[in-house]
Amino acid sequence: METYSILREFADSWMLIALFAFFIGVVVFAFRPGSSKVYSDVANIPFRHEDKPAVRGGDAKEA
Amino acid sequence: MVNYIKLIALGLVTLLALIAANYARDVAYLVNAVTVALAAAVAFLFVLRGTGEASKTAPQNEYLDGVVRAGVIATALWGVVGFLAGTFIAFQLAFPELNFDWAFGYMNFGKLRPLHTSAVIFAFGGNALIATSFYVVQRTSAARLWGGNLAWFVFWGYQLFIVLAATGYILGATQSKEYAEPEWYVDLWLTIVWVAYLAVFVGTIVKRKEPHIYVANWFYLSFIITVAMLHLMNNLSIPVSVFGSKSVQVFAGVQDAMTQWWYGHNAVGFFLTAGFLGMMYYFVPKQAERPVYSYKLSIIHFWALIFIYIWAGPHHLHYTALPDWASTLGMVFSVVLWMPSWGGMINGLMTLSGAWDKLRTDPIIRMMVISIGFYGMSTFEGPMMSIRAVNSLSHYTDWTIGHVHSGALGWNGMITFGALYFLVPKLWNRERIYSLSLVSWHFWLATIGIILYAASMWVTGIMEGLMWREVDANGFLVNSFADTVAAKFPMYVVRGTGGIMFLLGAIIMCYNLFMTVKKSPAVEAKNHLVPAE
Repeated sequence: METYSILREFADSWMLIALFAFFIGVVVFAFRPGSSKVYSDVANIPFRHEDKPAVRGGDAKEA
Repeated sequence: MVNYIKLIALGLVTLLALIAANYARDVAYLVNAVTVALAAAVAFLFVLRGTGEASKTAPQNEYLDGVVRAGVIATALWGVVGFLAGTFIAFQLAFPELNFDWAFGYMNFGKLRPLHTSAVIFAFGGNALIATSFYVVQRTSAARLWGGNLAWFVFWGYQLFIVLAATGYILGATQSKEYAEPEWYVDLWLTIVWVAYLAVFVGTIVKRKEPHIYVANWFYLSFIITVAMLHLMNNLSIPVSVFGSKSVQVFAGVQDAMTQWWYGHNAVGFFLTAGFLGMMYYFVPKQAERPVYSYKLSIIHFWALIFIYIWAGPHHLHYTALPDWASTLGMVFSVVLWMPSWGGMINGLMTLSGAWDKLRTDPIIRMMVISIGFYGMSTFEGPMMSIRAVNSLSHYTDWTIGHVHSGALGWNGMITFGALYFLVPKLWNRERIYSLSLVSWHFWLATIGIILYAASMWVTGIMEGLMWREVDANGFLVNSFADTVAAKFPMYVVRGTGGIMFLLGAIIMCYNLFMTVKKSPAVEAKNHLVPAE
């Protein structure tokens, strides 16, 4: 088979499955148990370090 | 020591650029080479003045905001230039006399059109993206920008790219690829600048103090990486001479067309969508003073968006030599794309749930909300137009132009204006924006301008499409092309009027931002001062 056909066959079989599986994995990961707590914390990142970077070695949570 | 290496390099660049100017085979190349020589000479002098001075180590307990301030100024000014060019060419289409005889070959529609698109997309949008990404990545990583003055190199290097591209267009250097017009040496320069940009951005994320990478940075990063990939693939060309601007594409025929629209559509997808979504995910929560509606949705729609957008390009090539399977693929993915796009819209709008009253009092949040609204509308319109049957009516008509502008003026423009109104008081340490009523004026002028633009283009686009396909009882075409041009005249005037209103709004914004810096009261010093850099 010429390169074009090989690549096409690979693209619309294994690669398609791999990409789709990755995406399903992302969705499952986003809904993993305990994720809501983590995400409600990280959603507040924009409100923490408005004026200054975190102190070196210090706790990033302290604004 | 480093300074001496820089001086040698800049001196060599100046010399080589002048040699190149001497051997130049065309005017565009000559002017660009002289521009490069001038830029390198100015940079040489700048480095020279700093050489021998005690080097100041960058204070790691402060953010690097000088480059963001410069980016904000550049965004506002390039915006006005781009809108002005757009309004002018809109009137050139309505009144062909504006293609002046004395400027023929330089300022006619064909020369100014790529100037307009590049000015608004790359100069206005690009500067907005670079400036806001530098601002956002520092705040959400709780770390100063990586790479010291590399961020400044990115800023000035990008301005040089814009100037080289723009002067090149006017003097005839173009590789005739829509949104990728700059010739080979400008492309090479942009590649260098972009790699530096990627290094600054990723370097900052690597040294972040927040354990989690905030979602806005995911969008910005996908924008930087994908644009690098698109830029390299679509600009594979071989220069005819190293001393000339002309180059020849490596791909030919339908392969070249497909590569071009893979690039072109993903420029929309990753430059104008992913990057600006990064903006949305920071500035909308900040202005609304509440966290994003659903962080889970932001993750899912991020991955869905970048997995699907990359396949949508073939819908630009319906009914061409492109194989049917490819155009069907592009069409299906475009329709599927509707969902992740609206995921982003819902997430942005619902961030305001519980704070909808702010719409009444805060014209800046109003601007952000209408931009998300336009994002939703144009990402509904786009998939619809990508369906082959609809495309057979809409393609090559002004409907496409209307669609692009409802996205570009509505979504990209308004979210950028919102971000600028948010940023200027913060960056210049001012209590608030100079005049909220001027923000309201800007809001209404821009909104009505966009509505005039989009509505007139729907009317003229669909009318034009229907006139083209109208046949009489014997199967002969009823209208000549010139008939459609004549019929479109009133709508072209309406469109130009919309453009004037949008431009006027942007000028009011520039005045308002300038007065904010000049006149607005400074923030009372609490326990710290924002450093002057």
